Amino acid sequence: MARRERTRPVPADAPWIVWTVVLPLLAAPVAFVLGRRGLAPFAAASSLGVAASVAALAWQVAAQGVQRHRLGGWGAPLGIELHADGLSVLMLVMTAVTGVVVSLHAHGTFGLGGHETREPSGRARFWPLWLFLWGGLNAVFLSADLFNLFVSLELVTLSAVALVALAATRVAVAAALQYLLAAMLGSLLYLLGVALVYATEGTLSLDELARGAPHASVAPPALALLTIGLALKTALFPLHFWLPPAHANAPTPVSALLSGLVVKASFYVLWRLWFQAFPGVAPFEASMLLAVLGTGAIVWGSVQALQATRLKSLVAYSTVAQLGYLFLVFPLVGGPGGLAAWQACAVFAVSHAFAKAAFFMAAGNIRLAAGHDRIADLDGIGARLPRSFFAVGLASVALMGLPPSGTFVAKWMMMRAALESGQAWLMVVMLLGGLFSAGYCFRVLARAFTPPTDTPLQPVPGSLDAAALALAVIALATGLFVAPALDLLAIGAPDVAGLGQDGPR
Amino acid sequence: MNWTYWLPLLVVLTSLVPGVIIFALPEGRVVTRTVLNLTGAVLKIALVWLMMREVYAERNPEFRMPLVQDVDLLLRADALALLFVSLSAFLWLLTTIYAIAYLERSPNRGRFFGFFSICVSATVGIGLAGNLLTFVFFYELLTLSTYPLVVHRGTEASLQAGRVYLRYTIAGGALLLTGAVWLQAAVGPVLFDGGDTLARADLDAAPLVAIFVLLVAGLGVKAALVPLHSWLPVAMVAPAPVSALLHAVAVVKAGAFGIVRVVYDVYGIRLTDAIGVAGPLAVLASITILYGSVQALRQTDLKKRLAYSTVSQVSYITLGVTILGASATIGGIVHLVHQGLMKITLFFCAGNIAETLQVHRIDELDGMGARMPWTMAAFTIAAFGMMGVPPMAGFVTKWYLGLGALEASQPWVIGVLVGSTLLNAAYFLPILHRAWFRRPVTPFPVRRGRLETHWALLMPPLVTAAAALFAGLFASAPPSPLEWARLIAERAYE
Repeated sequence: MARRERTRPVPADAPWIVWTVVLPLLAAPVAFVLGRRGLAPFAAASSLGVAASVAALAWQVAAQGVQRHRLGGWGAPLGIELHADGLSVLMLVMTAVTGVVVSLHAHGTFGLGGHETREPSGRARFWPLWLFLWGGLNAVFLSADLFNLFVSLELVTLSAVALVALAATRVAVAAALQYLLAAMLGSLLYLLGVALVYATEGTLSLDELARGAPHASVAPPALALLTIGLALKTALFPLHFWLPPAHANAPTPVSALLSGLVVKASFYVLWRLWFQAFPGVAPFEASMLLAVLGTGAIVWGSVQALQATRLKSLVAYSTVAQLGYLFLVFPLVGGPGGLAAWQACAVFAVSHAFAKAAFFMAAGNIRLAAGHDRIADLDGIGARLPRSFFAVGLASVALMGLPPSGTFVAKWMMMRAALESGQAWLMVVMLLGGLFSAGYCFRVLARAFTPPTDTPLQPVPGSLDAAALALAVIALATGLFVAPALDLLAIGAPDVAGLGQDGPR
Repeated sequence: MNWTYWLPLLVVLTSLVPGVIIFALPEGRVVTRTVLNLTGAVLKIALVWLMMREVYAERNPEFRMPLVQDVDLLLRADALALLFVSLSAFLWLLTTIYAIAYLERSPNRGRFFGFFSICVSATVGIGLAGNLLTFVFFYELLTLSTYPLVVHRGTEASLQAGRVYLRYTIAGGALLLTGAVWLQAAVGPVLFDGGDTLARADLDAAPLVAIFVLLVAGLGVKAALVPLHSWLPVAMVAPAPVSALLHAVAVVKAGAFGIVRVVYDVYGIRLTDAIGVAGPLAVLASITILYGSVQALRQTDLKKRLAYSTVSQVSYITLGVTILGASATIGGIVHLVHQGLMKITLFFCAGNIAETLQVHRIDELDGMGARMPWTMAAFTIAAFGMMGVPPMAGFVTKWYLGLGALEASQPWVIGVLVGSTLLNAAYFLPILHRAWFRRPVTPFPVRRGRLETHWALLMPPLVTAAAALFAGLFASAPPSPLEWARLIAERAYE
């Protein structure tokens, strides 16, 4: 498998790739033991620290190409090896941007004895869990072998489940438990797949798997197990049952992190496995199956969102629908225009993360102000909560896949690839999905224009509004920055469809 | 890099930036908001004038930014773009002045003017778009930014109108997007280059026809081509300045302008002729012209009658471009401007009557000429223009359309023009008769102040009526819309 080797030894003085993982993982236990007084500044400092190390790594990758680091000098197959290419960096940036803004929101939600978790300990528990989650996410995006991916994914899942349970309501705890069981089952299937791979191939490194010819008899069933496990964790229809209750009932900042980032982590692993570690192993019919299930997700999630009575469950079902788009790309990557489809998928994931996190934060703000989030009863408060509704509006534009959002550009690329590879039905699905999402988004937006009533509203702290609006603006503007993102993605990109590795142009 | 490189972008930004700042301003900052609006509008006109000089000298300013793969976000000023953009810039200034007075003391003005500015930016972006992707980009943005204006009042009726509006325009946007992606997948980036890209690609006729139908159906929703027009009369619940802008500048016009672009700059005249799509589209436009007029005749509400009149009048543009001849092209393109000037005058006047005297129905207009002479004078000029009475602007349009039809040996078009003119007269003359020659049934409330209404409500229709009159009277003088249209037609048919 031809691959552009732009790797250079990492300068000893700047192992940013390590810091992006180690910093949040070190900060988490400190946040756990820290007293309530020092927590806020510490949390702010560590969030910014992680973001800064991500920025440094991004710069490093952009300037020097793919970065690798062997922890303690032990490489594959024994030690832990970190590996950062363009795709990893894009995911890290997505996590960092969303993470910093959601941290601001969380500071307001948990810091002011907010409505979500009235008990004072909610804040003390949030920060260590969130920092663990962040470290886990970064580790997923940088791991270079199947076992490290497993460990990182477990870290992500466990902290995510605990974060859902922070809401401390009966519904939330039940949802968290269901989430835990589903995710554990997913892990189990994944681990079986890993065992199968190790038994036959003798290695778990993604690179070595890609280089060696995989065993024809074992690779397909192993990949099938890995895929089912990861699809369960990504909530691919019909394995999505656990997602809506968990995402809708978690505290608002947690909902934002879960819907925006956590589901992307398991999808990312699936993505790497299909197109990097096991290229060409899965038959075309399998990728078609994933696309069909993605279509099911779009239809089913949208129909549920159209019928949802609560704002937060509408947003959660929208996540089920939007994740479907990511799976539509599988049959496209092998065909003509496959590289564009592969890139579009990454752009879509990033753009959706921003939009969805912004939407959840805004929905949480509306709920905080009104004391409920029943959509039918939201009349008359739009004019009094202009910033939150504005954030909903801007995030909706991205969810509908309209310009100038990144999802518009991503859909444009996917549709074009669908036509170029003669799979026009996928384009029809994407268009229908866009119409569906317009349907459910405008259910909420239309309420914003009703004349103001004098229902009493709780005050919403300015930082909550600012966080939702800031991320919504970022989501909206992503479409204008797709070109640099594609340049970044070209660094170390897999040779999809044999189109050559020289990037977009 | 030349300074003119930035011109097209700046023209878009002169309304986008004020719009964004206005959103951030508190509701009470009326003066700041007004200053921002007017500064942006005046700056835009100045920049458009600079661009006009460049284009006249055949140095088309061009701004590009990589968007995705092999497609740029391309803003380029050519003669056709400038015709549309200068119309938008000029009418935006007047409509802003009008809207400030019209909405005085009403709630949510910050939101209104914010979206108003974004809407104009999207319109200008549509005008300056240099390739199909950029066009789609701004076309969808226009849908999004006009929805809040349509539902601005927030009543059940306006929310219902908003739903209808969205159903039509979002579905239309999806059709346009489908056509655009298909074309791009088939031939690569589609520049607005007079059809060179497609001519080189040498595609089969069948997909070309299918793509043409998709594109025109997507654009036809906004251009209110029958049977895609039903949203337009419903959207009349919006405040008068919004109706004025929707009908004369932004939405309807964007659709018609898009059809002009598709025929001349995506497919090119030769290819449009070769695949035989022009004839059916001309027939559809003719049906729309007659149907809209008949419907207008049946309306008793003044704004509704004007709305159906728009359905009819905008299709003159489509008709002009689909007859496929130099003269018809001139007639169609110049009607972009003429219809804009005349229709915005009519809506300004209808808004004045409704705002000053709460009169909405046509049978309440008896004696209006005595009560609001200036408003009704402007209305009369515009109405005569719509009918095509010489030497008004509408006459110039119809003259060139007729001439073009004869040149292209399609005499049936003359029949459509005559029929439409008779219908125009049938629905405008009774209004004028009531206003000037009848006595009011119940006396109007007594006039307060020296003018018949707020000066800022009165000035815009007078200016646009005068512009419509001069556009007809001095049609052959160099800076007139007709001369621009002639320039465009010459460059298209050379």
